[in-house]
Amino acid sequence: MTRHAGGLLDRTRSLTFTFNGRRLNGYVGDTLASALLANGVQLVGRSFKYHRPRGIFSAGAEEPNALVTLRSGAHAEPNTRATVVELYDGLEAKSQNHIGPLEYDFMAVNDLLSPLLAAGFYYKTFMWPRAFWEKLYEPAIRRAAGLGALSGEADPDMYDRGYLYPDLLIIGGGPAGLMAALTAGRAGVEVVLADEDFRFGGRLLAEDAVIADAPGMDWVAATLAELRSLPNVRLMVRTTVFGVYDHGVFGAVERVSDHLLNADGQVRQTFWRISAKRSILAAGATERHIPFANNDRPGVMLSGAVRAYANRWAVSPTRKAGDGVAVFTSNDDGHRTARSLLTFGVPVKAVIDTREEIESIGDYRTVAAASVTDTRGRKGLQAVQVTDARRSWWLHCGALAVAGGWNPNVHLASHHRARPVWDAARQCFVPSGAPAGMRVAGAAAGEGSTAAALASGAGVAVESLGELGVKAVPSVPHAVEEAASGEAFWHVPGKKRAWVDFQNDVTVKDIKLSHQENMRSVEHLKRWTTLGMATDQGKTANVTALAVMAELTGKTIPETGTTIFRPPYTPVSLGVLGGGDTGAHFRPWRLTPTHAWAEAQGAVFVEAGLWMRAQYFPRSGETHWRQSVDREASAVRSGVGICDVTTLGKIDVQGSDAGEFLDRIYVNMMGTLKPGKVRYGLMLREDGQLYDDGTCACLAQGQYVVTTTTANAGSVFQRMEFARQCLWPELDLTLISTTDAWAQLAVAGPQSRALLERIVDDFDLSNEAFPFMACAPLTICKGLRARLFRISFSGELAYELAVPARYGHALMERLIELGEDLGATPYGTEALGVLRIEKGHATANEITGQTTAVMLGLGKMVSRKKDAIGAVLSRRDGLEEDTRRLVGLVPVDPGESVVAGAHLFGTTDPQDLAHDQGWITSACYSPHVGSSIGLGYLERGDTRMGEEIVAANPLEGQSTRLRVTSAHFVDPEGERLHA
Amino acid sequence: MLIPHPLLGLRDAQEFTYLGDASLLDRPDPAREDAAEAFYEYAYLRDNPAGVHRELWFHENGDRSWLVVTRDTVTHEILGAELARDVKLRGKRTT
Repeated sequence: MTRHAGGLLDRTRSLTFTFNGRRLNGYVGDTLASALLANGVQLVGRSFKYHRPRGIFSAGAEEPNALVTLRSGAHAEPNTRATVVELYDGLEAKSQNHIGPLEYDFMAVNDLLSPLLAAGFYYKTFMWPRAFWEKLYEPAIRRAAGLGALSGEADPDMYDRGYLYPDLLIIGGGPAGLMAALTAGRAGVEVVLADEDFRFGGRLLAEDAVIADAPGMDWVAATLAELRSLPNVRLMVRTTVFGVYDHGVFGAVERVSDHLLNADGQVRQTFWRISAKRSILAAGATERHIPFANNDRPGVMLSGAVRAYANRWAVSPTRKAGDGVAVFTSNDDGHRTARSLLTFGVPVKAVIDTREEIESIGDYRTVAAASVTDTRGRKGLQAVQVTDARRSWWLHCGALAVAGGWNPNVHLASHHRARPVWDAARQCFVPSGAPAGMRVAGAAAGEGSTAAALASGAGVAVESLGELGVKAVPSVPHAVEEAASGEAFWHVPGKKRAWVDFQNDVTVKDIKLSHQENMRSVEHLKRWTTLGMATDQGKTANVTALAVMAELTGKTIPETGTTIFRPPYTPVSLGVLGGGDTGAHFRPWRLTPTHAWAEAQGAVFVEAGLWMRAQYFPRSGETHWRQSVDREASAVRSGVGICDVTTLGKIDVQGSDAGEFLDRIYVNMMGTLKPGKVRYGLMLREDGQLYDDGTCACLAQGQYVVTTTTANAGSVFQRMEFARQCLWPELDLTLISTTDAWAQLAVAGPQSRALLERIVDDFDLSNEAFPFMACAPLTICKGLRARLFRISFSGELAYELAVPARYGHALMERLIELGEDLGATPYGTEALGVLRIEKGHATANEITGQTTAVMLGLGKMVSRKKDAIGAVLSRRDGLEEDTRRLVGLVPVDPGESVVAGAHLFGTTDPQDLAHDQGWITSACYSPHVGSSIGLGYLERGDTRMGEEIVAANPLEGQSTRLRVTSAHFVDPEGERLHA
Repeated sequence: MLIPHPLLGLRDAQEFTYLGDASLLDRPDPAREDAAEAFYEYAYLRDNPAGVHRELWFHENGDRSWLVVTRDTVTHEILGAELARDVKLRGKRTT
């Protein structure tokens, strides 16, 4: 163990976890990374391309190396950064990207092949022979290079989503964020303070800062206690605000139970949409490293991380306790790491500083004007080579802390394309602007010292509150200022490989190659070398790479420019973005009023948009769906069938101008409809194509019910609202959808009148009193209000009966019970389809958006006496002169099938596009005809009755001879309908 | 995005469906001589500016108002929102 005294751990609670099957121990308060380091584990993975041994590099979200797979089976989560994984009892972690054991990865041979694998190698090396790329090179490269693997199983975890509407969102709970939250919280506004860590404090957790003459963590504890007492402040730990969207909307992920072995019914993560009036970005800064030869060995780490492991987790990052640590720095910050290590008795071998003039802040050896020029140690650091102006020598050490200065975490500030600018004094990019309503505070704004962060947090909070009309008086505690000077030192020159981007294996050499090959702009550099394109998005690499490129091109850093950032700040799992709406929860289900009844009858259901509709009702002994469907269709033709047609859209239109309005919606005359009558109507799109069809019933003067197809119920209503509000707002009418208010049952067949007579209250159903296309409000079953329409989709004597939705189930039961002797049979959508094809009625198969009233044979319905939506453009030559017509089709050999989708050709014509004469829109087996039948659009179809044609599917070599007939297979004269 | 609904205040854009260019309010007079040409332009031709755009949004998961929203398509800044019927009625009064 390399654990020493101190730290923010609960040492009374020991935790057991496994890494590659090895059982190890840690404490509550550890991360996976700190616990691994405490157990002397330095080697945790292999690099992406060269399979080089890699160790923990950082102590936060910027980690490029320590990617592990957590858990196993369906719960496995690859590419998790060990540095942000909160340790829990029973945690299971495995290393990634190696074949064979981690210590002896067979793919490490790639490292020897590195000359072949330089920047852009896949555009050059594997070009020949061409055919080998897809079959051999790419699969091999993909297998060799990579990250962890997905389980391939469905995600078993639960997710949730939530919405927050604070006045002020503060992103980051370090000194700046806490100070801002305290200032705003005391002023009484609604505050959300979110931090990605499982503890608030930010860098104060990792430093030995002094605030108000006491340890910094005392101030954090007191501040948190006060914030918790304020009901207007919501504190959210384990919450990453990953993106900024328009108008102050933020995306955030809260890891609710990722740190628990057993979630115990809790969701794993919650996706928060936070809509904030103002926001403060206090996301801190990320330390830079300094590339030098072989700087990627396990044990080479960021200096601030080494300090964090010492102060927060009481860990020395060496393999054995007592091994020395060296520091390589270009600034004063590196010296603070040495001081912290010494505080806990960790030997400091030397602080190697690139500067001439340096000031030691403790009892350790310093080497001025020197740099680290190489390292040794196959699976972990053994020694570093130190070089100054005169000589080089090897210095034994178990870890090296590298301090190259700090880069403000400007990411979220540039999500709306504000480009960070170079601050020459501070040697870093700082935000030049931010999304509307956002201010940047603390280290994220370049105000990196504790004192500056506290002051800037309070300052931006006061400014934000001022914009909200709230006055606040900040009270900023005094913090001890530390020396914070440094020089720009971007990389140690040398011939060997020096890594810039660890995760994607990009070295200084690759940047040089990119420069040589003229890929010099930052965007080209990024794509040619893949720099910054890994899962860490180059958090520890980008600025350093820009500086190296600037040096190569002889330009300044601001001239070289920088890339900007897009969401997400850190990787977000797709599962949480779905917010738990997967599988059956992906969208709402709409159930018909008779759903439970149909279920009890053993119905088979089919999805129709959001609706579940009964498709058919199998009876015992029926082994094939066709048997059920044929029986149901025949029952309608011979007796009476009942079908739930509630899903058809129902729109109530009322007002003194309702008739005029309907005339403009339907292409046929509708305003002339008299109370008690129903009329079939066609709607067009404004471009003249057919849009929807249905019936319109006039229940009383100025009161109409429009029905639509199931599929278009929503969009017809939307378009009618468009017409009412946007085109003719001067008309007096109102619209409301009543689709869900009324249960509507079709009662169809020669016995339908006999059946309905048994339930209506004193209502004359005779043909004279209630003829075809009549409608009426009435009561049934001794007083239940209902609406009756004599309309037919099947071509039989038929009615549709509507009752308030809650009576739909009872009505269905009653009709079946009372109609037993009449042969009352429930039928589903499949039989409904058979019946309408037999009658030649159009549905969405015929009204596809590419067809017209003329093609349906209903061209005359488009009235020339009035205007209606689509009327003008329907008269275009190309539409009006279309010669294709809807026809019926039967196979010449009754044993053959008509197949929907097949195209129609002359019997002797070649089957190609030039000879295409139309297509089959709908097909079914017709028990009435005794063979397969179909509907289709055929060139001059109305003049070709009795002609033989061929239906072909050239893709599958199918070809069937069909005879052209009327589309009305049943009762073409309409005698049954009017019976 | 948040849309300032003239009756309901700031509402999330997820509650709305989008139709496009508010020129759809200006349906041509079918009686005019060049009606066919005018309807062709009405049905098919749209401006697609990078900048300020007046567009139609439908509060489908809300009060079913059609709104004319003025939005900068470059910055997504919303400069105003009115009930489409008010816009239309005002247009009818002035013409």
